[in-house]
Amino acid sequence: MTTAEILGQDPGWIILVKGVFVFLIAVLATLMAIWAERRIVARMQMRIGPNRVGPQGLLQSLSDGVKLALKEDLIPAAADKIVFIIAPIISATTCFMSFAVIPMSGPVSLFGHKTAMQMTDLPVGVLYVLAIASVGVYGIILAGWSSGSTYPLLGGLRSSAQVISYEVAMGLSLVAVFIYAGSMSTSEIVAAQQKWWYSIVLFPSFVIYAISMVGETNRAPFDLAEAEGELVGGFHTEYSSLKFALFFLAEYVNIVAVSALATTLFLGGYHALPGLTFTESWLGGWFTIVWFFAKVIFFFFIFVWLRGTLPRLRYDQFMKFGWKVLIPASLFWILIVATMRVMSLRGTSRGGVLGFAVGIVLVVLIGSFAYDSAKKRSELVPEAQIPEPSFPVPAIPTSNGPSAQSEVSHG
Amino acid sequence: MAENHEVERTYRDLGLVAVPTEPVTTEGARSFPKQMKGFWVTFKTMFKKVNTVEYPDVKEPTAPRFHGRHQLNRHPDGLEKCIGCELCAWACPADAIYVEGESNTEEHRMSPGERYGKVYQINYLRCIFCGMCIEACPTRALTMTNEYELADDSRSKLIFEKADLLAPLRDGMLMPPHPMYPNMDDTNYYKGDVLGFHPSQEVQK
Repeated sequence: MTTAEILGQDPGWIILVKGVFVFLIAVLATLMAIWAERRIVARMQMRIGPNRVGPQGLLQSLSDGVKLALKEDLIPAAADKIVFIIAPIISATTCFMSFAVIPMSGPVSLFGHKTAMQMTDLPVGVLYVLAIASVGVYGIILAGWSSGSTYPLLGGLRSSAQVISYEVAMGLSLVAVFIYAGSMSTSEIVAAQQKWWYSIVLFPSFVIYAISMVGETNRAPFDLAEAEGELVGGFHTEYSSLKFALFFLAEYVNIVAVSALATTLFLGGYHALPGLTFTESWLGGWFTIVWFFAKVIFFFFIFVWLRGTLPRLRYDQFMKFGWKVLIPASLFWILIVATMRVMSLRGTSRGGVLGFAVGIVLVVLIGSFAYDSAKKRSELVPEAQIPEPSFPVPAIPTSNGPSAQSEVSHG
Repeated sequence: MAENHEVERTYRDLGLVAVPTEPVTTEGARSFPKQMKGFWVTFKTMFKKVNTVEYPDVKEPTAPRFHGRHQLNRHPDGLEKCIGCELCAWACPADAIYVEGESNTEEHRMSPGERYGKVYQINYLRCIFCGMCIEACPTRALTMTNEYELADDSRSKLIFEKADLLAPLRDGMLMPPHPMYPNMDDTNYYKGDVLGFHPSQEVQK
């Protein structure tokens, strides 16, 4: 029985229970994520991090949340009140919705019912996640626009431009997964990875997804639109109290969501690590949830690691990287994957597929060599060829100094 | 063009190294493994000993000569060293010290010699802990302790009175007012001839 069929038999109350469970998981994961990030980044900077509220500082995010909730809720006089209030709600609701299609465990028995920890299984599950992420952009852009203030507007435009551009690269990186899995349903993609993870088979796609998911969530090193050390805060500058807390929540839920999606699409979802599959049969279906979250935590650690290591990109560098590197590379990769897929589906011999792969590698190598040598040649243009401008300019400094004779007296 | 050349020759004449005229070469992007080095740095740092001192729980001693809260010292018999001369107040660049002197009498003697400090206030919202008051003090009455926890929640609480600043009575000290050590004058006190109190100094109240 496929996961979709199992889920189809769920009674309404089980769906409700799972909905509450998913929501709780997302909120708790967010609280833990904020704490974990602060602790890990602190260690990377030889600090301790929050350790005073609760054991090991675990309740720090909770107390921060309470503090935020008790703060004065300001709405600027120039703000468009209704939109200003709706924007954080859009951000905070859409970020949870993508969890509905994430399969967190294999078949389990919940109160005697055979089900799976996945709220629903759509035939176009991944497409649904991308669509929800796009709706989430409205939260950002409406927040920036409705604030009635210049910098939030600019920050909102930048953030949304960022999210939209990286969504293109993200979507393209997923195409290869769809081609290989033959489905857009998350549970079927997980099932298709039982033998080989797509992070290995489709490594370039995985790399592109991993980069674009950082851009998509506006996180360091791509957090230039809300760089807290440089700007006041981007689109959420005018927000305070609970409305700000909602944006904060949305950011972290989004991180967990893209990590969960990455786990599902590239790291075999809830399946155990290769070679450890016996744990699934020993400890039953519920144990797969541990594997799932172990993988999510791995991605989250990468997020934190990036933040602790890399400096921020400039806006133009960031856009250039997205549009001129990630998207073309993604398109090129899809072309190759599609060709190879068609070849293997049509029963081309293994030698033929291998030949095609080697050919592609050769073309890429020759191309890059040609590009390098062309670049070097353009760098070797002698200085004399630079035309002398018609207006007076200061001398170009040279290593062989001037002779005394060339000196012109002046004064 | 000429100006540039002349500047260069002048530098050389002065025996200075001329401004480098080598064209700046921009290095290409570093190799991928070199770019990834930073990740190893942060990863490694996670397992290093942290620098943080968990301050309210762990208090590390200050440097021995750290400038902390002031203290008004006593002579070994308990009389105050402060003579109310106000030199500390005059030396203070932040105008943080206020002193009012008063004459000692035979019935009411707080310090050896003529005068004592009746009112002594230091405003710790103004004090910059420069220690010029300590340099100015002629009797070493005013010194600084290593105590640095001087935060409080109101301005008035941060004006320390004489009672807050006075050194506590140690063994062999009598609470003034009381007479001076018999057959000793203020110079003896200053020279350190008085090593403790004499029974005759005790005053019945």
